[in-house]
Amino acid sequence: MTNTVLVVAETAGDSLAASTLVTLTAARELGGAIDVLVAGAQTGSAAESLASMADIRCVRVAEAPHLAGALAEDLAAVVAAHVGEYSHVLAPATTFGKNLLPRVAALADIQMVSDVISIRDAETFVHPIYAGNANETLRVLEPHKLLTIRPTAFAKEAVAGGEARVEPVEAGKPQGRSREIDLQLDESDRPQLESAGVVVSGGRAFGSPEKFRLLEELAAGLNAAVGASRAAVDAGYAPNDCQVGQTGKVVAPELYIAVGISGAIQHLAGMTGSKVIVAINKDPDAPIFGVADYGLVGDLFEILPELRDKIRVLRGEPDSQLAEA
Amino acid sequence: MKVLVGVKRVIDYNVNIRVRADGSGVETENVRMSANPFDEIALEEAVRMKEAGICSELIAVTVGDEASQEVLRSALAMGADRAIRIHAEASPQPLNVAALLAALAREEAVDLVLLGKQAIDDDANQTGQMTAALLGWPQGTFASELTIEDGRARVAREIDGGQQTVELELPAVITADLRLNEPRFVKLPAMMKAKKRPIEERTPEALGVDMRPRVERVEVSEPVPREAGVRVADVDELLHKLRNEAGVI
Ligand SMILES: Cc1cc2nc3c(=O)[nH]c(=O)nc-3n(C[C@H](O)[C@H](O)[C@H](O)COP(=O)(O)OP(=O)(O)OC[C@H]3O[C@@H](n4cnc5c(N)ncnc54)[C@H](O)[C@@H]3O)c2cc1C
Ligand SMILES: Nc1ncnc2c1ncn2[C@@H]1O[C@H](COP(=O)(O)O)[C@@H](O)[C@H]1O
Repeated sequence: MTNTVLVVAETAGDSLAASTLVTLTAARELGGAIDVLVAGAQTGSAAESLASMADIRCVRVAEAPHLAGALAEDLAAVVAAHVGEYSHVLAPATTFGKNLLPRVAALADIQMVSDVISIRDAETFVHPIYAGNANETLRVLEPHKLLTIRPTAFAKEAVAGGEARVEPVEAGKPQGRSREIDLQLDESDRPQLESAGVVVSGGRAFGSPEKFRLLEELAAGLNAAVGASRAAVDAGYAPNDCQVGQTGKVVAPELYIAVGISGAIQHLAGMTGSKVIVAINKDPDAPIFGVADYGLVGDLFEILPELRDKIRVLRGEPDSQLAEA
Repeated sequence: MKVLVGVKRVIDYNVNIRVRADGSGVETENVRMSANPFDEIALEEAVRMKEAGICSELIAVTVGDEASQEVLRSALAMGADRAIRIHAEASPQPLNVAALLAALAREEAVDLVLLGKQAIDDDANQTGQMTAALLGWPQGTFASELTIEDGRARVAREIDGGQQTVELELPAVITADLRLNEPRFVKLPAMMKAKKRPIEERTPEALGVDMRPRVERVEVSEPVPREAGVRVADVDELLHKLRNEAGVI
């Protein structure tokens, strides 16, 4: 039997989120026909960019004002109506997909699989458990396979060259028992944590939000995203969505620099997929060194300023900044 | 208001788990177990609602084998009024747990189901959303702030890129994130008292829930370990290696 795959698109504002591209890559691995469902209040530009991507048969668009807040209660009903037509329904394992797909799965009476990192065959999937300390391979016995896809496990590529059909579908009615009353998005000019090539993360060792600025300066010099351990977030040095780990974000940049982070398993769960890991810690026995390609033992308050300045020089930035630092 | 809190017994978060050599799962013999940390947060939130006079009855429920009674004892010691164990194997699948929780929530006519956002063993992050779907209730997942007023719950949710605040009409399902609160420590005398309290027992059959597994474990394997690299002496050596060896800056 050939597969028919539905990808539930995540949007950012009215454009497509990078996590959707990753999910499409996973869908291509399954083979067969791929349709994409875009649901929201303003779907035009997301639908348009999807329609021009390769391998997509059809872009289904559910547009209605009540879908603006991306509430799972409203979206799940829309998605669930399509499940029966597809062998697989995929969504990204971001807070959007994690909030939505289990609700769809229960409406469709299906046990889904979270956080898929590898597709063995059409019914066999691998996903991490125990904070990534084990991988579980599951065979799904359900008639329709519902999966969330871990963004760092598949390539993020926009493959151009398609001409998918765009068709409007039923957007449902507002269920009316929940509503969005506020949305605060971090407006940092740093690259996004999920997609940055370089991530610098700080831990409890910084001691105060003011001192955490040292890390932000290093990040600026490397054009890096800023991450944090749970301890640093709890202490208010960095916003919630900077947390890297089992219960925060999973990142896999080219370069990850962990500063003043001990390396608890819950933190490692979010960053050991990075290509190169650097650890800076004053405790030579800190577990973070066990996963670091390059370890530097020492006091971060001495090391970071030097590192920041020398990186500025390497990158050929003006002396004025050096003098100021 | 009646509140139902789900508590799962899992391997303690401090334990370095070991994958069994035959690939059948993770070693649980002689391993320290405790309540899922997110569930302790959910429980703490409910206890605070009781203390604030918002919650009139707090029921803790676990789905699991006999040993999972243990987490109910600490729930009672923390402040739960009643404790219910629904009989099941050690780690039932989320949809089955959700069906049981939904059935119990209906039977007990609760106004709020409070769960953890994820169990740290299966890391599924599914049960709350599924329970809400089965009940047809609104959901407030990944909650870092919660206030209840006039039959509504206001929930600040931790999402990628920031924070979303939603307002839900009760009854509803809410799942706790790490920053919702910091659970209190249970004192020994409270623990001793809890030992004598009854635990109610239920079965899936009595709740009308079919526990047939829907997915099959093929194997559990150890991820390829990452090897430790080298120590560098100073910033200059680090930069040299990053530039010339790793080629990342
Ligand atoms: C259910 C659950 C989920 C969790 N999820 C996550 C998660 O997603 N992400 C996460 O990160 N954590 C998570 N945690 C928390 C995790 O267990 C650790 O507590 C946390 O990662 C520790 O943060 P840290 O390394 O910053 O702090 P610490 O463990 O306190 O480490 C600080 C480090 O800084 C070093 N240091 C101190 N001063 C200096 C200095 N001047 N120069 C250099 N080094 C210095 C110390 O040697 C130490 O190694 C979770 C915990 C639980 C229970
Ligand atoms: N066996 C169980 N018994 C009681 N509550 C559970 C059980 N399994 C899951 N839950 C609840 O559902 C939440 C999410 O679990 P999961 O979907 O497995 O990640 C947990 O934090 C618990 O609150």
